[in-house]
Amino acid sequence: MKVPYSWLAEWVKVPWPAPELGSRLTMAGIELEALSSAAPPFSGVVVAQIVSAEPHPQADKLQVCRVSTGSGEALQIVCGASNARAGLKSALARVGAKLPGDLTIKAAKLRGVESQGMLASAKELGLAEASAGILELPQDAPLGRPLREYLALDEPVLDLNITPNRGDAMSVIGIAREVAALAGTKVSGPAIGSAPAGHADRFSVQLEAPAACPRFAGCILRGVNNRAETPLWMRERLRRAGVRAISPVVDVTNYVMLELGQPMHAYDLKKLRGGIRVRLARAGELVTLLDGKAISAQVDVLLITDSEGAVGLAGIMGGLRTAVSAETTDVFLESAYFSPDAVLGRARRLGLQTDASQRFERGVDPTQQSRAIERAIALLTPMAGGSAGPVEVTQSAAHLPQRSAVPLRTKQLTRLLGVELPAERVEATLAGLQMQVTRSASGWQVTPAAHRFDIGIEADLIEEVARVVGFEAIPESDALGPQRFRSLPEERPSEEAVLAVLAARGYEEAITLAFVDPALQQRLFPGRPALALSNPIASDLSVMRVSLWPGLLRAALENQRRQADRIRLFEHGTRFESGGEGTRELDTLAGLACGARLPEQWGVSKDMRAAADFYDVKGDLAALFAGTGEPQAFTFEAGSQPALHPGRTARVLRCGQEVGWLGELHPMLVQALDFTYPPILFELDMDAALVVKRSTYEEISRFPQVRRDLAVVVDESITLSKLAERVTLAASSLLRDLRIFDVYRGPGLEKGRKSVAFGLIFQDISRTLTDDDVERLMASVVADLRENLNARIRE
Amino acid sequence: MADLTVITRQALDEVAACGDLAALEDARVRWLGKKGTLTEQLKSLGALDAAERPAAGARINEAKERVQAALEARREELRRADIERRLSAGRIDVTLPGRGEEPGGLHPVTKTRLRIETLFRRAGFDVASGPEIEDDFHNFGALNFTPDHPARAMHDTFYFPDGRLLRTHTSPVQIRALREHGAPLAVIAPGRVYRCDSDMTHSPMFHQLEGLAVDENISFANMKAVLHGFLQAFFERDLAMRLRPSFFPFTEPSAEVDMSCVFCDGRGCRTCKHTGWLEISGCGMVHPNVLRASGVDPERYTGYAFGAGIDRLAMLRYGVNDLRLFFENDLRFLRQFRTFGA
Repeated sequence: MKVPYSWLAEWVKVPWPAPELGSRLTMAGIELEALSSAAPPFSGVVVAQIVSAEPHPQADKLQVCRVSTGSGEALQIVCGASNARAGLKSALARVGAKLPGDLTIKAAKLRGVESQGMLASAKELGLAEASAGILELPQDAPLGRPLREYLALDEPVLDLNITPNRGDAMSVIGIAREVAALAGTKVSGPAIGSAPAGHADRFSVQLEAPAACPRFAGCILRGVNNRAETPLWMRERLRRAGVRAISPVVDVTNYVMLELGQPMHAYDLKKLRGGIRVRLARAGELVTLLDGKAISAQVDVLLITDSEGAVGLAGIMGGLRTAVSAETTDVFLESAYFSPDAVLGRARRLGLQTDASQRFERGVDPTQQSRAIERAIALLTPMAGGSAGPVEVTQSAAHLPQRSAVPLRTKQLTRLLGVELPAERVEATLAGLQMQVTRSASGWQVTPAAHRFDIGIEADLIEEVARVVGFEAIPESDALGPQRFRSLPEERPSEEAVLAVLAARGYEEAITLAFVDPALQQRLFPGRPALALSNPIASDLSVMRVSLWPGLLRAALENQRRQADRIRLFEHGTRFESGGEGTRELDTLAGLACGARLPEQWGVSKDMRAAADFYDVKGDLAALFAGTGEPQAFTFEAGSQPALHPGRTARVLRCGQEVGWLGELHPMLVQALDFTYPPILFELDMDAALVVKRSTYEEISRFPQVRRDLAVVVDESITLSKLAERVTLAASSLLRDLRIFDVYRGPGLEKGRKSVAFGLIFQDISRTLTDDDVERLMASVVADLRENLNARIRE
Repeated sequence: MADLTVITRQALDEVAACGDLAALEDARVRWLGKKGTLTEQLKSLGALDAAERPAAGARINEAKERVQAALEARREELRRADIERRLSAGRIDVTLPGRGEEPGGLHPVTKTRLRIETLFRRAGFDVASGPEIEDDFHNFGALNFTPDHPARAMHDTFYFPDGRLLRTHTSPVQIRALREHGAPLAVIAPGRVYRCDSDMTHSPMFHQLEGLAVDENISFANMKAVLHGFLQAFFERDLAMRLRPSFFPFTEPSAEVDMSCVFCDGRGCRTCKHTGWLEISGCGMVHPNVLRASGVDPERYTGYAFGAGIDRLAMLRYGVNDLRLFFENDLRFLRQFRTFGA
């Protein structure tokens, strides 16, 4: 909300210059967002009068004016504005003047005629977005006076941010009340009295929804000249407050709203049919609004109606049919109290957030409806003439908001703030906020002012005291709590340690959005249900991810586009599964490797420069699983996932339970997404996969270990895990370790067969194994493999 | 015995001329071996008079010792030369890069979050979490947002067709933690939150830190101490903090937290828009309605709550000037945060 300093000063004595005022208000909860002056910088512009205006000899649209600035000879100014006429007082930018937009005025010839300056429009001076002609100043404007001085354009304007609880502060008088409370003074301001009525005409008003509208003040004004010009001072104030001047009647209603916080509406009396009824809309009732837009109201919308239908959305916007125009002479002024409950949410739903609805939603002082009309009449009649009838108040007293006393306990005040405040200070502070304060046994009974809709409980009062006294008056003090130990379950892996494993293995952590492109997700997980947002910011960010893969793939593609040729990314985040039993949020760790196995470097074998494959990433997973305390519990079995290569996909199991997936992106997707290297993807369910089994010490053998190597030829269909299972079984518990060191297929072997070479490491805990022992064990392994796996031993 | 002098001279010359250890060994055998020239000399003693023998023997032994010593010295010299030769042949270019994998790193927002968690854990707070898909009750209702409250309009909320929503702040965890554990309680809840808003300074997903402490006599003064203490510990420096009255439906009194700008120490710069202050957090005393909605008696307990942007803290800490960089996952950006630092 924009508040010109002078307007505020009219309502309260402001003991501070604008910057200090701004910081005092900020520290009391009304934040100064910006401090500006009433006009952008310009210089060299003075009040001047056109003495004569003659047609330009060479141009139809130009006039040659003689312009006086009160002293010296009249200047010759060429002007293109149609409103330039003899006698008009306007703004003259002299030669050398600097105008907004970095414009310097120079003497110039316009179509052969010399011009010694420029008559300026409001737009050229930065006083308006658009202007129809040059600025028109009142006849009493003093010639030669710098315009900035005459219009007080260096006046500071405070742009204040009003929090949604403080509807009472959305007005000049509201800010004045704050200033008074902070400065320990009182709101003064123009006297508003009831003027004697000029006629006795009244307009009938019926309140059919008295809870929503318990008070409606109205007044008929006759003989108003709405073609009159709103005086410059009012137009300037409105402009500085950010409101465009339109016509005297509209300007005055806006002015009163800005000043007192009471939104008003003016109807063209001649267009109103029958009396006014304030009632709830009938389902789908149509209302054509001031701006020409037609809306269909729901039954919770409060309408102002006459005998022909709706003439306005109560508290939001007036209707077109009864709007005032330049021709309007007879006006019916409305100044009503609409309860916040009757307005809340409607304007937003209808997309019609107006100055009025913002104020009614937050709460308008329910006691000031007549006062606002009196103020409007007092402002309007000198400008536009007319005579006002009596101010007629229709109300339902039972439905008007009642303020009741709120208890404030000294003890609670001290307990909540952590500081003791003297009773007198508390009382003075609350009284300064126009609250009624009486002492009670435990503290005070406080009745807030009618305009304070945000005060309902003790904590609200404590906040008022604290913010006016100042939060800086509250010390910093440590809370002394009992020292207690919190549980630190070992089975929960340290997140940092888990992430560090992947980081150490070359992965960078990514953070991708939780909503993804439904098209990509469908391609990866056809048929998998995903939660769709009702209001996504973009269609390619519209469904919740069922996996971290869509985000990681997208991030990888972006990096590939940025010329990264080796990409390793992982993410730790939530994926969202929706299915039968509702939505499940799963804590997930996923990653992707794409491109060379090792960063480009010297002295590594050609093999290590190839693109990373399934086994590289499987090795990374093994590093993670090593931290769980039972790496041997993890198994990989061939599985199938539409997103992954059918022959290079593994379901990851822990103790036989699925905990994740690993595989190469399906070649069709590699091609469709335009990956240079096929990404290898993994995804683990954090909770199931990485829960930690505490390590327990196992005795270390003091006896030597014995190694025997064995190469066997088996069918391709024999998986390594099957082979290892047989070997382990046959080799007895003396087998410490089984290391695969070669897998070969090709020349020298039958088609469909492969050779696997492995080292067996034997060791006993209680004695040195003899050659005989080991030979026996090896014989049993060989026999087992021959018998069960049709293996041939390679010599 | 002039012979002996000549022989010794010869032996010493030969030892000195040996070019390698093998030649040296040959020379040793030739001169000092069982049948070596000098050893043979001893055998010739028998031919001498008994009176001459001891003196002659002593001279021969002395000659043997001299040759022995020369042999050893030469052996040492040759060994050293051999090592020198091998060392100089084995010289490598130590400036060639090392082999193997290059390390990756944690995301700067994660690093910041972990740092925050560590700091608060040390101060006695637990770390709590909650779901990202919330219902209206936890995200708004229980936090004292009445239906249609204008404050709701400030939360640009993502909705699902069934009325559920993506949490707009981490404050729902206040309700969940209190309902689960009751008072007394001191927790922080970092996490992802969502608002349908996207521009230079907004991302539709970002990270928030919630803090909540509830006990029998928790005061505004305690809140000030914790927030100020945290900011100083996080930024590892003295800095000024001020609280400005503000409004949140779920706290009363409510405040915005400003800290002196870490870039200009409060003198005024572009980052702080020349105010010297950076808005860093919102906070307040937990509203009695919130305590009640969480099953905590507001007459017995009081508490404070605060919320801060983790991404913003990360931006200030690392000097990142565009929030969106955090979510673009550009490797060139991510690689800049590989430090050990917590």
